[in-house]
Amino acid sequence: MKKAKEIVILHKNTGIMNQSKLGLDFSKIKAAKASAAEIASEVQKFVNDFTTVAVERTLCRLIGIDGVDKNDVPLPNVVINQLFENGVLNQGVLFYLGNAILETNNTPQQIAEKISKSELNITKLKINSSASIQSEINPYILQSIDRIKTNVNKRKEYLTTLGEGSKPYIYVIVATGNIYEDVIQAQAAARQGADIIAVIRTTGQSLLDYVPFGATTEGFGGTFATQENFKIMRSALDEIGEEVGRYIRLCNYCSGLCMPEIAAMGALERLDVMLNDALYGILFRDINPQRTIIDQYFSRVINGFAGVIINTGEDNYLTTADAFDQAHTVLASDIINEQLALLAGMSEEQMGLGHAFEMAPDLENGFLFELAQAQMTREIFPKAPLKYMPPTKFMTGNIFRGQIQDTLFNEISIWTGQGIQLLGMITEAIHTPFMSDRYLAIENAKYIFNNMKNIGNEVEFKKDGIIQLRAQKVLDDACNLIKDIEKEGLFDALEKGIFADIKRSKTGGKGLAGVVKKSDKYFNPFINLMKGENK
Amino acid sequence: MSGGLYSMEEKDFDRSLDLTKVKPYGDTMNDGKTQISFTLPVPCNDEAIEAAKQLLKKMGFENPQIVYYKELTKGFTFFNCYGSSIHTVDYTLIKVPKVESTVMDMHETDQFIKENLGRKIVVVGASTGTDAHTVGIDAIMNMKGYAGHYGLERYEMIDAYNLGSQVTNEDFIAKAIELNADVLLVSQTVTQKDVHIKNLTELVEMLEADGLRNKMILICGGPRLSHELAKELGFDAGFGMNSYADNVASYFSQELVNRI
Repeated sequence: MKKAKEIVILHKNTGIMNQSKLGLDFSKIKAAKASAAEIASEVQKFVNDFTTVAVERTLCRLIGIDGVDKNDVPLPNVVINQLFENGVLNQGVLFYLGNAILETNNTPQQIAEKISKSELNITKLKINSSASIQSEINPYILQSIDRIKTNVNKRKEYLTTLGEGSKPYIYVIVATGNIYEDVIQAQAAARQGADIIAVIRTTGQSLLDYVPFGATTEGFGGTFATQENFKIMRSALDEIGEEVGRYIRLCNYCSGLCMPEIAAMGALERLDVMLNDALYGILFRDINPQRTIIDQYFSRVINGFAGVIINTGEDNYLTTADAFDQAHTVLASDIINEQLALLAGMSEEQMGLGHAFEMAPDLENGFLFELAQAQMTREIFPKAPLKYMPPTKFMTGNIFRGQIQDTLFNEISIWTGQGIQLLGMITEAIHTPFMSDRYLAIENAKYIFNNMKNIGNEVEFKKDGIIQLRAQKVLDDACNLIKDIEKEGLFDALEKGIFADIKRSKTGGKGLAGVVKKSDKYFNPFINLMKGENK
Repeated sequence: MSGGLYSMEEKDFDRSLDLTKVKPYGDTMNDGKTQISFTLPVPCNDEAIEAAKQLLKKMGFENPQIVYYKELTKGFTFFNCYGSSIHTVDYTLIKVPKVESTVMDMHETDQFIKENLGRKIVVVGASTGTDAHTVGIDAIMNMKGYAGHYGLERYEMIDAYNLGSQVTNEDFIAKAIELNADVLLVSQTVTQKDVHIKNLTELVEMLEADGLRNKMILICGGPRLSHELAKELGFDAGFGMNSYADNVASYFSQELVNRI
């Protein structure tokens, strides 16, 4: 009887899921989410006390500081370096900039330029009252909030007038290294049917502690994420959106050491989708866990406010760990990531939680297990535009078999109602996609999505069959794992190598030096303004 | 195509296999049949098809057939084609440098090391430079291995240290010295603009500068790497696609014993 009650509650909350096709016990899901909420709130208690160089640079960007000095160092870095070197970053950059505006009557940009020419040290000025400082900086903050709101409205207007592709959104990457070449590839993909264009970043950018400046034409395996490049691609996609009569979303990578800065740049230039996952950076880029968890919070507050759909990186766990044995770690991480995102003020509709089609092709009934996993994920996060990643680990260079692997992946997606389909490329493991690879992938997806459109509504799963039992087992394992993590906390769990078989210490990795405990004078009004607005 | 299912082409060529004149095989010896696909940066029209045919002829294909074409976007047309290659190669003259060792499985390798070396072999591996891909080094080193081939971490007689991805050559060498490595494994997945060549060459130069080059067995691997290229760059061996931990471990354990 208890089970029936749970079902009714979930139905009210979501309006979508009213029964499980997999015989999942919704009370277990609810308990796991409650456990994850505890884990997230412990993390948040830690986050609230700290800031980072990246968070402070983000504030510089939000209040209009941009450009580089004569050595190509971005001005946000120049300003933050001055505070850091003078040991006062703990008070926050808004405090010192507000004070400097009062003292010099300059704009934040003018102040940054003077710092870059060594004409001004904002830590040595006469300090005014906190109240006067805050009121001085406030107009710049509101201006920034307004600009982002305008972008949100512009997107809404496009979605109303142009409309959008149906889900699963077709997501493809461009990665030429040259933003102008990327534009050609992206426009071609949109004409062929892509809904989301992701501009892959140049390899190694996640480890840069600054964001490069201006339009760029050289990159390795991708294109630099710069605000100018964002702007160029945004305008190209708006243009092609008008042509094809569909809003084309733009995606970039809000991860690594500049996580919140990229979020701010994306919000200012109307990006729509962002990879945004601290766990990914910790595990796969060896970024310090404290640094990136703090950075993630502010970046998600910004993304939440800017109406951006985030993508989490759980799919990557399966590139190192086994997809069958470790399926529950993907689910557990999704459940925790959902709670972390809720705390940052994001709506469920903005959570592109990640998973992937990575079971070994020679696994008997592998398709059934993938189907169970995808359907289970769908039911556990009924409103989330789940991000489903294609086979990569077992793509061999046999492009003909690769097309079949990608087809099976597309079948599961339409069957289980995934939100964002990152299309597989037959030349995965060979080269970054050719224009024709993308065409073949889109043609495949459109064929399957149309040809099998309503299969999910028509076909039910056998009670206690392979698919149902598999999903129930993965859920049980994930629930147990989350309980364990709740006992020891997320940071300790990461030290033990709980995800992707990779161990990361709380004090190891890159970027810890940029973490600073906030002083009592610290303030960042963006957090409340953005979270309040989004509610 | 309206050609029907059966090829009515005359087969007036010599149908016996001659290894000094090898060419592609479709369904008849020496038919030269080859499938090709490419995109031309021109609009989709009759001239585009003719251009594709002419290009195939210049590539050395007789009877070029454009079996499918499609405009990918304005000004770009994609082609699937077939043709009969006029070119041949002399298979009997081909010499490819190979890693010279007997491939053993994990137990045989462990046994070989115990009997011939009597101590564990220290192996340090990483995906170096800006390369963020761990898939290659993991396939060789991780306990679980890849495609049923156990990784080096599972070997009883190997101490395997996987440093992961984006390891600088400096850090890699420092760790190798610290651990007193016998063998260095470098994985390179990203090969755009030959970034891997630059990175691999730099490692060799740095090891030479430090006087360490001959003290360790230096191995690189990756989907775009070959033993030939590895030797050219100054490595002891290179492993490309379809190589597993067995191949790598067999090689370095035998090489290490040879060097004693």
